[in-house]
Amino acid sequence: MGFLDRTGRTLFLAELASGMALTFRYMFKKRATVNYPYQKGPLSPRFRGEHALRRYPSGEERCIACKLCEAICPAQAITIEAEPRDDGSRRTTRYDIDMTKCIYCGFCQEACPVDAIVEGPNFEYSAETREELFYDKNKLLANGDRWEYEIARNLEADAPYR
Amino acid sequence: MAEFWNGYLLPGILILAQILVLVVPLLLAVAYLTLMERKVLAAMQLRMGPNVVGPFGLFQPWADAVKLMFKEPILPTGANKVVFVIAPMITFILALIAWAVIPLGTGLVIANINVGILYLFAISSLGVYGIIMAGWASNSRYAFLGALRSSAQMVSYEVSMGFVIITVLLLVGSLNLGHIVEAQHGGFWKWHWVPLFPMFIVFFISALAETNRHPFDLPEAEAELVAGYQVEYSSMSFALFFLGEYANMILMSAMTAILFMGGWLPPFEFGPTAGVLGALWGFFWFFLKIFVLLFVFIWIRATLPRYRYDQLMRIGWKVFLPLSLIYLVIVAGFVTYWPR
Repeated sequence: MGFLDRTGRTLFLAELASGMALTFRYMFKKRATVNYPYQKGPLSPRFRGEHALRRYPSGEERCIACKLCEAICPAQAITIEAEPRDDGSRRTTRYDIDMTKCIYCGFCQEACPVDAIVEGPNFEYSAETREELFYDKNKLLANGDRWEYEIARNLEADAPYR
Repeated sequence: MAEFWNGYLLPGILILAQILVLVVPLLLAVAYLTLMERKVLAAMQLRMGPNVVGPFGLFQPWADAVKLMFKEPILPTGANKVVFVIAPMITFILALIAWAVIPLGTGLVIANINVGILYLFAISSLGVYGIIMAGWASNSRYAFLGALRSSAQMVSYEVSMGFVIITVLLLVGSLNLGHIVEAQHGGFWKWHWVPLFPMFIVFFISALAETNRHPFDLPEAEAELVAGYQVEYSSMSFALFFLGEYANMILMSAMTAILFMGGWLPPFEFGPTAGVLGALWGFFWFFLKIFVLLFVFIWIRATLPRYRYDQLMRIGWKVFLPLSLIYLVIVAGFVTYWPR
């Protein structure tokens, strides 16, 4: 019987037919690809994208120049210079991140005691020159202003797990 | 002057017009067949396919054509220049001239010759010359290997294809393609695919091999031979190969439709049969059948992996050839003892 069965299968191209049926069924399935620039996949609140320096609601910048992020950065991508401001508070005069060195490990935002440096949800900041990826303090603060809503929401969503 | 006008010029112009009316839609069909292939393959692989150029990517073939035209034509230094240039032209022209005998409706054919099927068979056999010339003239190992494989493959499958065609001829009793279609009228159960079902399958699979399509695309196997015989070609000479290959696909589908699926005949006896409406009705069914067969070509490409070379030869010589020979004898016996 086994022989007949095998012969029949070969003769009537049964395996071929079942394979073809499978591909035909797949044609009506939902697409696995995302039509990227127009559609985007979901991002976790913990997603580590482009860096941003945040401000308090009053407009005061959060960073207190403790340099913990600079110290912990395994790629040594962060450079900070600081001195006391006129009102006596300690603030950075320079806060640079070399985005070409950064490995997006997220240690800087883990180290930050005031949630000043964070990695936001933005990942679409490719540039045509290397120089454009050397972020300075203004650029980082601008990022913080631009992404504050999303960053705050993500921090809040992730807070119960910390 | 009047004699010259009526005897030569007017028929010449008429034939030229007929050729244009056939070839321009054919080339359009080829262009959109490439898009259809990409779209269907994408759908079966859960991808999107081209969707950026125009609505649903409908202008993609034009973008591809423009891109190919503006690319630099490269003549390899080691190549035999004349043969290298002629080879793609041969492939392309052979793919087009076969359409001269394909009937699109009752009497709607450019050359209504009584050896139509023989002509088709001859033309599709010549197709191998374009490929082997390209492979030889390129003076490249990959191209030459691809050409060798291709010629061996096409020659092997033509043998069984010839026998399949003979079984059809035995049933019809004519080499004229129009007669072959008309012998099948009376509904889809009268079409040749019913009495000749195994031959229908053999013919279709041989057609896949003949057009170097998956799963028999060894001549251009990307993985081993880069692109086989077309590896040294660029720009329009490559485009000619490409167009020729796809035109051949449409030709083989048309041949299958004519030989086994009743050509322009509707599956049931209904609809207009005469006049302009009848012709359009016939076009509709003929194109629908070609379209379905082309879809199966693409469907098979999405499903099956490439055959190994020895497997290919084994199927051609050890399975298809004996099968078609035996069936030929059976059909001949039936026709002799129970004539229609």
